[in-house]
Amino acid sequence: MSFLSFNHHKDLPLDSDPSSRFLPWLIAFMVYLAALSVVATSLMQSVSSRWERGVSNTLTVQIPPARSVQQDQSQIEGALKVLRANPAVVLAEPMAKASVLALLEPWLGTADVLADMPLPHLIDVSVRSSVKLEADQLVQDLNKVAPGATVDDHRIWLDRLIQMSQTLKWGAYIVLCLICVASIGTIYFVTKTGLAIHHDVIEVLHLIGAQDSYIARQFGENALHLGLRGGLLGLAVAGPTFGAFAYLYRQVDSALLPQIDITLVQWIVVLSLPLCAALMGYVTARFAVLNSLKKMV
Amino acid sequence: MVIVKLENVGLRYGVGPEVLRDVSLTLEEGAFHFLTGPSGAGKSSLLKLMYLANRPTRGLISLFGHDIATTSRKKLPALRREVGVVFQEFRLLDHLSTFDNVALPMRVADVHEKDVRKHVAELLAWVGLKDHMNAKPTTLSGGQQQRVALARAVITRPRLLLADEPTGNVDDKLAVRLLHLMEELNKLGTTIVMATHNEGLVRQFGHPRICIEDGRVEQMGPLRPARGGGGVRMEGKIS
Repeated sequence: MSFLSFNHHKDLPLDSDPSSRFLPWLIAFMVYLAALSVVATSLMQSVSSRWERGVSNTLTVQIPPARSVQQDQSQIEGALKVLRANPAVVLAEPMAKASVLALLEPWLGTADVLADMPLPHLIDVSVRSSVKLEADQLVQDLNKVAPGATVDDHRIWLDRLIQMSQTLKWGAYIVLCLICVASIGTIYFVTKTGLAIHHDVIEVLHLIGAQDSYIARQFGENALHLGLRGGLLGLAVAGPTFGAFAYLYRQVDSALLPQIDITLVQWIVVLSLPLCAALMGYVTARFAVLNSLKKMV
Repeated sequence: MVIVKLENVGLRYGVGPEVLRDVSLTLEEGAFHFLTGPSGAGKSSLLKLMYLANRPTRGLISLFGHDIATTSRKKLPALRREVGVVFQEFRLLDHLSTFDNVALPMRVADVHEKDVRKHVAELLAWVGLKDHMNAKPTTLSGGQQQRVALARAVITRPRLLLADEPTGNVDDKLAVRLLHLMEELNKLGTTIVMATHNEGLVRQFGHPRICIEDGRVEQMGPLRPARGGGGVRMEGKIS
């Protein structure tokens, strides 16, 4: 890893180039965007996984309220029998009224009047993923014992949410790729400009016997240094942005948005972005120099 | 041993006319030659071919026994390190100190820094610039810059030293001193070719001449053998 040591002599005055002043800012902006993209991608992955884990093997049966308590009880028991007889069903349990009220609380509040309202009865059903559930047949069977019963198969809206989150995730990947391409292009052309500015010095080095790699190393180390500086700056700005987003996220009190945990791996990816930017700068600058010097005698 | 050999060499820049035509010459090890001729005759172009800044458009060049046309590009830096060059305008790196300018060929050759410090200090003392090690070239006089350029050219003890009008910007006294320095190097075995317009120096030091006019090797100077037994055989067209 000799290229990471900075004790080499710098024969080229690259520090005084105009590009050395603006490149760290540009890299900082790129790393900032990249950090946001990485976190967004990770969040989308995390959210869709949690949704999928949470509801993929469950469904809810809804039975409209009957005219009497006895009729309600009879319809619920009939529905439970039908459900428990189905080979795809693992467990079928009626939800307590208190749980139903808790579900409605975000929309209707905690007024006493709710207790007297005719609320539908809900049955939580867990199904086997290995056995295909014939949802239409199940609805027909349930309607025989509990007219008006419906089945909420979460898979329908879950698939849509997962599809949406996947689209967003791939969008974030594309943004990340575009950021990389833009950064590489910028570093490449900045290096070419440096080669043009220092043409005379490079020619002297060349004529006294410098290998192409000797010159390329100096450009590479300069880009590595600038990339690292810019990357750390970008990450420093991204930190407060994450904090602000996390604060706003916590303010949204919705059952739809699960608790988000950023894993250690995701933190490592974000924290390694400045190093990635620096290495990308090193490799790109080195490639640009070697590619250009090939044309010299 | 033959240090440089040119056979029917021609050189043109782009689509322009040939600046060197049918040049054939051989330089033996330890030779010292003046390269003379009017401005624009092709002296610098000939030197550029010898220090591998350009490739000939035709003909063959051999350096230290290596045919340049067939030598891979990767091996050329090693050959260049055997050649010291004092450029016409010195081409010192203004952002580096005198010390770092002279140290450059050693660092390029990846010599240990301890050895670099020792040899550069010794050489700068030899050329009388011991007290200017940290000075930037822009703060030095023409004569001092010239000595820095010479020190940079010889720091790695090259087998061939090419000097392109190094006395052009200095007075006669300093020019004579420079020639004495080069003669000392020549005694140590370095083959030297020095392009000059200074007829007085050529006469005073009496080394063989390679005369170029209009891109052709026109004639050779007084055939007095150079110290070290070197000589030159001219095979170009003589008008």
